[in-house]
Amino acid sequence: MKLPRLFTKRRHWSIPYAIFLFIFVALPLLLIVVYAFQDSEGNFTFSNFTRFITNQESANTFVYSIGIAIITTLLCILFGYPAAYILSRKDLCRSSVMVLLFILPMWINILVRTLATVALFDFLHLPLGEGALIFGMVYNFLPFMIYPIYNTLQKMDYNYIEAAQDLGASPIKVFSKVVFPLSIPGITSGIMMVFMPTISTFAISELLTMNNIKLFGTVVQENINNGMWNYGAALSLIMLLIILATELFNDGEDRVSNEGGII
Amino acid sequence: MNESNFIIELKHISKSFGDKVVLDDVSLFVEQGEFVTILGPSGCGKTTLLRILAGFGMADEGEIRIEGKEITDTPPHLRPLNTVFQRYALFPHLNVYDNVAFGLKLKGVKKDEIDERVNKALKMVGMTDYEWRDVNSLSGGQQQRVAIARAIINRPKVLLLDEPLAALDLKMRKDMQMELKQMHKTLGITFVYVTHDQEEALTLSDRIVVMNEGKVQQIGTPTDIYNEPVNSFVADFIGESNIMNGTMIKDKLVSFMGNECECVDVGFGENVPVDVVLRPEDLILSAKTEGFPFQGTVQSCIFKGVHYEMIITTTTGYEIIAQNYKPFEVGTLIGIDIEPSNIQVMKKERLFNTFEGEMIDSTHVKMLGDEFVCNAVPNVEGGEKVTVKVDFDKVDLQDNKEDGTIVGSVHFILYKCDRYHLTVHTEDGENIYVDTHDVWDDCDIVGVRIDPDDIQITLE
Amino acid sequence: MKKFFAQAYIWLLLAILYAPILIIVIFSFTEAKVLGNWTGFSTKLYTSLFSGSVQHSLIDAIQNTLIIALIAAAVSTILGSIAAIGIYSLKGRKKMAINTLNNIPMLNPDIITGISLFLLFVSFGVTQGYATVILAHITFCTPYVVLSVMPRLQQMNPNLYEAALDLGATPGQALRKVLIPEIKPGMISGFILAFTLSIDDFAVTIFNIGTSGLETLSTYIYADARKGGLTPELRPLSTIIFVTVLILLIIINVRSQRAAKKKEVL
Repeated sequence: MKLPRLFTKRRHWSIPYAIFLFIFVALPLLLIVVYAFQDSEGNFTFSNFTRFITNQESANTFVYSIGIAIITTLLCILFGYPAAYILSRKDLCRSSVMVLLFILPMWINILVRTLATVALFDFLHLPLGEGALIFGMVYNFLPFMIYPIYNTLQKMDYNYIEAAQDLGASPIKVFSKVVFPLSIPGITSGIMMVFMPTISTFAISELLTMNNIKLFGTVVQENINNGMWNYGAALSLIMLLIILATELFNDGEDRVSNEGGII
Repeated sequence: MNESNFIIELKHISKSFGDKVVLDDVSLFVEQGEFVTILGPSGCGKTTLLRILAGFGMADEGEIRIEGKEITDTPPHLRPLNTVFQRYALFPHLNVYDNVAFGLKLKGVKKDEIDERVNKALKMVGMTDYEWRDVNSLSGGQQQRVAIARAIINRPKVLLLDEPLAALDLKMRKDMQMELKQMHKTLGITFVYVTHDQEEALTLSDRIVVMNEGKVQQIGTPTDIYNEPVNSFVADFIGESNIMNGTMIKDKLVSFMGNECECVDVGFGENVPVDVVLRPEDLILSAKTEGFPFQGTVQSCIFKGVHYEMIITTTTGYEIIAQNYKPFEVGTLIGIDIEPSNIQVMKKERLFNTFEGEMIDSTHVKMLGDEFVCNAVPNVEGGEKVTVKVDFDKVDLQDNKEDGTIVGSVHFILYKCDRYHLTVHTEDGENIYVDTHDVWDDCDIVGVRIDPDDIQITLE
Repeated sequence: MKKFFAQAYIWLLLAILYAPILIIVIFSFTEAKVLGNWTGFSTKLYTSLFSGSVQHSLIDAIQNTLIIALIAAAVSTILGSIAAIGIYSLKGRKKMAINTLNNIPMLNPDIITGISLFLLFVSFGVTQGYATVILAHITFCTPYVVLSVMPRLQQMNPNLYEAALDLGATPGQALRKVLIPEIKPGMISGFILAFTLSIDDFAVTIFNIGTSGLETLSTYIYADARKGGLTPELRPLSTIIFVTVLILLIIINVRSQRAAKKKEVL
């Protein structure tokens, strides 16, 4: 029996976008892999990767960047968790506008925000450098940590807390045995959302340190800009793998929904 | 009657979603002006059938005619019928007037006429003066009225109603039932109504189509369906009933609950196993026990408003439910009788389980998707196709699914006064029928075991 | 007491978070070339921004940014809405595959999206410029449109479209008169989202803008900042962008909150 056109049609509406996604998402990612394993003449090679390992400078930058990313992430948890907790508690913070206030700064161009940080340091006569870099990173990405934690805490069924109290838990125990364990998905989500941009960021480190400190993202960008596409692609692939590895700790869907929520 | 007198003809409709057969050779003929209800539990295929009729789904096989004209492949917007959806499906961006006028505006009817017909339709459903209201601000009952107005304004030949009252509260539902019945009379068009509520079906319909597992079980008037259910499913689904195993000794004589009784049924043959249905309100109870065919002890007695409902254990070990205007004290022995015409005898759908199988070797048979150990079958090399017979009470259900050869889920539970008759769905989608004294719940996951001695194999 | 400390902590954090922005806003109302010097209140920077007395290249960059954002947002909204309807009707593995692909641009760091598209364009010999930037922006904007239209479809009573057909609408009419009005709020949110994302983007743009001298606001600021100073007129411009984004965000939030409330009432 022939299928009526009406039913097959709407499903087919996804075809243009599927083609678009293939050309502009799947194929480009594939090209990163292809370029990473080629030399500039287009021959297959591992040399891009051996060069990364043997080249002291880029390997050092890589390790340093991961260090900065870890410190930034930890600081974000340290400052962000209490904020998220307070925001989620109706008895401590009534207005939902507060949450919006935390999200708002993310909507300003990251370069403008960074330049504003530089201005703030100038204004307070503080030196630019590593301290400014970490401050700038935490400042830029703190909302990414607060929001997912706030989200899980806020969605938490208040009955759990009441049940724990009912069973004789002190406020501290309620927090350590019930609230905190239940908010861990929010923390892992936040870690992903902070760690990923800090590891991949470029440009802002130069501005915050007056070109004194280079992060991995900058190295990747410079290589691409200087026409070393193959090496740049290999470095991008390494970055992608690091992100993929951290992604394994966290459900990607979860982050998409959190990111969607922020916007 | 000439077939072309039917307004709706559904012939041999079958439909599957993947491996699951949702409709299995369903045929239905509806006369002009009838109120037909398709009744069945959820998942029985009733909604799918309605959607196929409306054109939202396509049958895999079969033919649909309206007024003799084939419309099997006609898209929904060209079919002369309109639907009232379960959750109303009012367009949230349009007000009441625009919702009701939707169909007419599409047809390009003149403004004056639209106004007039919208007013008439709204008046019919008792929603005059609501034209400019936002549909989201209406209550469930009001939305349902608008949905009905929106459907009938197009003057369809047939109105399809998909559980239209399911989302309303009890009081509202009763009121709407009466109004629907009234509307059906006034409009004079055919109604096809889908519901899982047997009481609603009995109240509203001219004819009821009882469906289960994708098959039509019985088609008849409400009285027919209630008084003369054709099988235990229908008897159990419609109203309260005592269903039990019995034996038809000969014409007009049936044995059940350890006694022989006169009945009015003929044509079953002699000494044939049957199902016997006794409606609780048909049982005659008496403080005297002498001269009564059955005696029993009252286990519980609950006042139900008009009548008392009692659970009685007969001296022969059957547990039955009875309704009476007069209560009997718990623990007393009473006499029970029943009029011959109130004994409903039904042919059994099956007497034992039959499975298709294949021999692996002389002591192993593959059936129900797994290997079972059986007693040695002579002259078997493996690979022979066989038919396996297993009695209902020889299937052993285990709490832990690991304890069984295969895993199944309990599906349809029928209490047969001294035992439970269960349908167990296996993972391969086959059914095993089980008689047991243990209590199981719907959807319980069980392990199924069959003793080698109870596997009766016939080579094909 | 507990509440006091909690509130104090929140406000302190907010103060730090907003301090840099506030400095920019405050110093947009003074003439000093160097940020941090207060030379008295003046709106001169605003007037010079609009009178065109600033460098021509800044005006060009603003224009380019707006044109790119408008085109990218419009195309993303159309492509994403059509795709969402299609994906919504898809089932099983195909749906999962396309959803996964749709998530990639949102999950990937911008630098990876930028570099991967850069490699795509250079390997096919496409000259980078206006078109490549717009295509790149469509690539990372469309997933967000799909994401904002999809919930509208999922919340929609699945019988609505069928009800329209049932009442005699052709599939085309049902789409125009029922489906599109239903997903319109999602399309509008998606458009605003895409527009702001496009204006805000730096990392993807920088890799795909080419070397023909085309500049967007982001790349202009970047080049400017690397030169050491910040064109004073960027202060009022940032202030204007901040206020605009603020307004747009409030609109989106009020819309979604109103929608949520409406659902609650029902």
